[in-house]
Amino acid sequence: MIRLWLIQHGQALRLVLARMWRNRLSTLMMLGVMGVSLSLPALLGTVIDNLTRFSGELRLEPQISLFMRVESTPDQVDAIRHRLEGHAGVATHRFVPRDEAWQALQASSGFQEVTSGLKNNPLPDAFVILPKAQTPEAVQQLHDDMRTWPEVEHVQVDADWVKRLYAVVELGHKVVFVLFGLLGFALMAVVGNTIRLQIMTQREEIEVSKLIGATDRFIRRPFLYAGALYGFGGGIAAWVILSAVLWLFNLTVQDIAALYGADFMLHMQPWDKSLLLLASAVLLGWVGAFLAVTRALSELETS
Amino acid sequence: MIKFDQVGKLYPGGYEALKKVSFEIDKGELVFVTGHSGAGKSTLLKLVAGIERPTTGTVLIGNQNIAKLRRAAIPHLRRRFGLVFQDHKLLYDRNVFENVALPLSINGIVGHEAGKRVRAALDKVGLLSKEKAMPVTLSGGEQQRLAIARAVVSRPAMLVADEPTGNLDETYATEIMGLFRAFHQVGVTVLIATHDVHGIAALGGRTLHLDGGALR
Repeated sequence: MIRLWLIQHGQALRLVLARMWRNRLSTLMMLGVMGVSLSLPALLGTVIDNLTRFSGELRLEPQISLFMRVESTPDQVDAIRHRLEGHAGVATHRFVPRDEAWQALQASSGFQEVTSGLKNNPLPDAFVILPKAQTPEAVQQLHDDMRTWPEVEHVQVDADWVKRLYAVVELGHKVVFVLFGLLGFALMAVVGNTIRLQIMTQREEIEVSKLIGATDRFIRRPFLYAGALYGFGGGIAAWVILSAVLWLFNLTVQDIAALYGADFMLHMQPWDKSLLLLASAVLLGWVGAFLAVTRALSELETS
Repeated sequence: MIKFDQVGKLYPGGYEALKKVSFEIDKGELVFVTGHSGAGKSTLLKLVAGIERPTTGTVLIGNQNIAKLRRAAIPHLRRRFGLVFQDHKLLYDRNVFENVALPLSINGIVGHEAGKRVRAALDKVGLLSKEKAMPVTLSGGEQQRLAIARAVVSRPAMLVADEPTGNLDETYATEIMGLFRAFHQVGVTVLIATHDVHGIAALGGRTLHLDGGALR
């Protein structure tokens, strides 16, 4: 039984491969179409995953920076310090004297030209504050509270842009999800249509086969293999396109990153995700073929 | 082997192709179904091959009731017959060898064993030298012989042929009928529908004559 099963599957697979080889050009076009449409959401997903990874490396605790007026006196700074020590919502706070900040700025790369043009220190004294409660509401409350204190020029919540990045990444994930869904459906339709055309050209063969005792399964098998193989080839094509595009991007991304003294590049999806992409492509092709061939068989039955 | 009991076939639209037809065919018999076109010959053969189901009565094939067969069991029933059609039903994009190999591949027989059987079948119908030829390059008689080779390659117990000589001139027709007779002589049950009453006179065998859907 198992031997027969293997023979029949091997036979169907060989038949399909021979057919595809005979129509190499249209097969390649088909794989190209599938590869391109799969690579679009895959590419977007990869970029977003890289962004997520990048933002994950950043500190996510919302820091609050409190800047004094430039002309504020040490007494006034002390008053603020006392307020911070007594405040229930503040976990830790660190004083950054204006001279220290000025030296740090002068030392940091790229700012020498700017700082050398200035005679006086333009920077104010500042506090870096870590709030106890880290919910956006609590942080906002603390922020609003501090703004009303005397001699406070500006209060900034540093985690704002991280939050925005998070929101964008979240939106991106949804876009990828929707895109995969829509293009997946389109792929299924494309494969189904191609298989339907193949069935039409082989209608005679199917009818004769049925007459001389072929089971539906026997007739369906090569078309299902064709669908799955289209999916497989399309998945591979998508992976190749994705790798090529990432490589091309990285040439530039690394240049830019190097200019900023950072080491950042786009990473290819890990193996499990690549395999998932491939598996879903195979499944889509198979399902598309199954729907097409089942419909065609029931049409033949009634005709 | 085959038993029709009060079999009637009514097509949608009210056309009654067979009326209360009863007969039996034993193993190893040579039986001709004769009658004018429209007399119900093709319908009778379709019932035998499980292509159609009877409206009334029972059709037993090797003790299996056709009407009660599951849809999935029908392919297995058909594999017990070698079917030959008037229009050959060959695959014109495959060569002679591949056409004959088709029933074998349906049965999961491939490779060396299949090659042996295909050549044996082609040898029997005298087409061994043309195994690489495409069917279109063959004459009408050769195409029908090819169809017969395909019908016998999986060594069925019974050959069923619908007007196998319908489109052939007399020389070819005699040749084809001679082939069927040869299979009958080695023990194969043969059922042939034909309108050519003269052509079968010399062959022996039993005749079922259909007229307007009823046996006469």
